[in-house]
Amino acid sequence: MHIIQELLFVIAFGIAVYLFYRKASQIRQNILLGRDVSLNDEPAARWQNVLLLAFGQKKMFRNPMVAVLHFFVYAGFVIINVEILEIILDGILGKHRLFAPLLGGLYPVLIGCFEILAALVMIGCAIFLVRRNIVRVKRLNQHELDGWPRSDANYILVTEIVLMLLFLTMNTADQALQLRGHEHYINTGSFWVSGNFVSLFSGLSDSTLMAIERGCWWLHILGILAFLNYLPYSKHLHIILAFPNAYYADLRPKGKMENMPAVQKEVQLMLQPELAATEAPASDIPKFGAKDVPDLTWKNLLDAYSCTECGRCTAACPANITGKKLSPRKIMMDTRDRAEEIGLQIAKNGSFSEDGKTLLRDYISEEELRACTSCNACIQECPVSINPLHIILQLRRHLVMEESNAPQEWNMMFSNIENNMAPWKMSPDDRDKWAVEMNG
Amino acid sequence: MAEYFANGETPEILFWVGCAGSFDQRAQKITKAFATILDKVGIRFAILGKEESCTGDPARRAGNEFIFQMMAQNNIAVLNGYEVKKIVTACPHCFNTLRNEYPELGGHYEVIHHATYLQQLIDEGKIRMQEGGTFKGRKITYHDSCYLGRANNIYEAPRKVLEALDAELVEMKRCRSNGLCCGAGGAQMFKEEEKGSTRINFERGKEAIATGASVIAANCPFCMTMLTDGVKEQGKEESVQVLDIAEMIAQQMQ
Repeated sequence: MHIIQELLFVIAFGIAVYLFYRKASQIRQNILLGRDVSLNDEPAARWQNVLLLAFGQKKMFRNPMVAVLHFFVYAGFVIINVEILEIILDGILGKHRLFAPLLGGLYPVLIGCFEILAALVMIGCAIFLVRRNIVRVKRLNQHELDGWPRSDANYILVTEIVLMLLFLTMNTADQALQLRGHEHYINTGSFWVSGNFVSLFSGLSDSTLMAIERGCWWLHILGILAFLNYLPYSKHLHIILAFPNAYYADLRPKGKMENMPAVQKEVQLMLQPELAATEAPASDIPKFGAKDVPDLTWKNLLDAYSCTECGRCTAACPANITGKKLSPRKIMMDTRDRAEEIGLQIAKNGSFSEDGKTLLRDYISEEELRACTSCNACIQECPVSINPLHIILQLRRHLVMEESNAPQEWNMMFSNIENNMAPWKMSPDDRDKWAVEMNG
Repeated sequence: MAEYFANGETPEILFWVGCAGSFDQRAQKITKAFATILDKVGIRFAILGKEESCTGDPARRAGNEFIFQMMAQNNIAVLNGYEVKKIVTACPHCFNTLRNEYPELGGHYEVIHHATYLQQLIDEGKIRMQEGGTFKGRKITYHDSCYLGRANNIYEAPRKVLEALDAELVEMKRCRSNGLCCGAGGAQMFKEEEKGSTRINFERGKEAIATGASVIAANCPFCMTMLTDGVKEQGKEESVQVLDIAEMIAQQMQ
C-alpha cells in the first residue's frame, strides 16, 4: 500500500516538474524573441535592487497597509516552502514528518510559525478578495481586466486560501491522531494554530481522521504542483520574475531615452559628409522603432511577463486619470498577449511568419500612444521594475519614422524645429531679443 | 558666448535659455528674472544667443529621432567649439536632455537646473533675502515638474529655495515622486490632448488650488503655461499666481 502512494507521488511530482519546465522554456524563448540589449553593468547596484525591490518589496510600502498584507502572503509563501520540502521528501520516501525526530523540540515551533504565516496568508488573501470584489478598488476593476484577468486574480486568491486551509486541517487531524496515541503519527507536541481546533475532530473515528489527514496531505501537495503549473499562464508569474526583473532594471536616470546609434550615425554623415569616405556604408537598412514584439528588447518582454496587473501604474498615469484611453498596465498586458501569440505560432510551425497582426494597432492603438506625457509615473510606481514608457516610445518612433504618421500639430512642430531651431514658428534671429530688451 | 570666446575669456556658466525661455512671452519673464539674479550676484555668464537651438527633446519624445539627432549634434558642435564646461538652464526638459542624452553623443558638460543653482547661491550666502519680503508668511504650493522630479530625482532643491522666502509651504496631495504631471511632457505641449473626461492641467490646477495657496511655484516653462491655464479654468486667476521659483527669488532678494 505504501509503495503505491510513494510511486504515485513520484509520478505526480515528475509530471508537474516536467510540465513546468516545458512551459518555462517556452516563456524563456518568447522573451528572447526581443532584440538584444546588454544589462549586466554595475552588478552591485543591480543586486541592491534585487534585495530592496524584490526581496524587500520597497515600492510596495508606498501604500503601507497593502504592503504589510502582501508581505504576509509573500513571506508565507516563501517560508512555507520549507514545509513543502518536508512534504515532498515524505512523499518520495514514504515517511511521515521526516524532520520531526531530527529537529526535536524545534519542530513544533517551526510548524507553529508556518501555521501563523498560513493564517496570515488566509487573512491577507481574504482582504484582497474583498478589495477586488466588494470594495471594488478602482485600479483593480478597470475595463482592461474584464474577463480572464479578473478571474485569474480571484482564482489565485481563492487557491491560496484553500491551500492554507488544507495545510491547517491536515495538521489538526494529525494532532487528533497523535493524541489518540496512533503509532504512525509521531508525537510532535501541539501546533500553535491547528492545536486549538483539535477538539472539533473529537467525534470522528480513527479511520475518518486518517482519511482527512491523508486527503488534505494529497490535495495540498497536488494543489501546489497544480499551482506551479498554473503560474506560467497567469499574472501570478511575478512571484518568480520579479527577481530577475529587479536585477535587470534600468539604472540610468528615468529621463534618459534610449539612443538610436543608426540614426546618430546617419545624421553624423549628413552633417559631416567628409566622414563618409572613411566609414563603411551601413550594410542593411535598420528598422526604426518597434511595430511588433520582436522589435522590442528582451527586457520589455521580461517586463510583460513580470506584470501582475496590479494597476499602480495606471492609477498614477495622468492620461488615464483624466479619462484618456492610455493605460500603462494594458500596454504590458498587450505585449505579453502578443508575445504568447507569436510563441504559440512558433511552437506550431517552427518559426514565426507574418500573421497579418502586429502589437501596434491590433493590440495598442495610436490614440493610446499619443496620450502619453512621458511623465515616468508608471515606472516610479511599479513594484517590480517594469518600464511601460520604453515600449510606448519605441512604438511612437515606428509611427513617426517608418510611417510618417504623426498628428498635424506634431508635423508642424517638427518642421519648425528643423527650419527655425524651435518648436514654434519664430525667427531664430529673435532668440536673444529678451536680452536686448533687458539691456535696452 | 561668442564675445567671451573672442576675448579669450571663460564665463563661469553658460545660461542655456531654451526655446520657451527665448520665445514664449510668459517664459521670457522667467529668463529675465534669472538673468537679473545672475547679474545681481555678479556671476559672469554667457548665452549662446542666436547660436542656440532646440535641444530636440519634443521631437525625440514624439518619435522623431532624426530631428533630435540633428539638433543635438549641432548644439554639441557649438558647445564643444566654445569649450563649454558648465551649463545652467531654467527648463527641466533642456536640463534632462543636456545632462542625460548629450553625453553619449559627445557632449560632456556639468549641467545644472536653476533650482539647484539657486539653492547653491542661497547656501553660499550669495543670494540674500530682504526682510519681510513679498512672500513672507504667504501660503505657497510647489509643483514638481516630471523632468526634474521623477526623471532626475531632484525634489529638495526647489523646496529649499522656497524656504528661503520665509513663506508657508503647503504640499499638494500628489507631490514629490507622486507628483501629477501638468500634461505638457512627451511633446503634448505641441498638440491637442487626446479625448478624455478632463484635461490634465485642469486636474492639476484644481489640486493646486485646493491647497489654499495663493502662489503655485513652478520650475518649468511648460508647467507654467499648463498651470496658468489650469488656474484660469478654476476661475482663480485673480487670487492665485503661478510663478517660477526664479521670479520669486528675484522679487525678494536684496
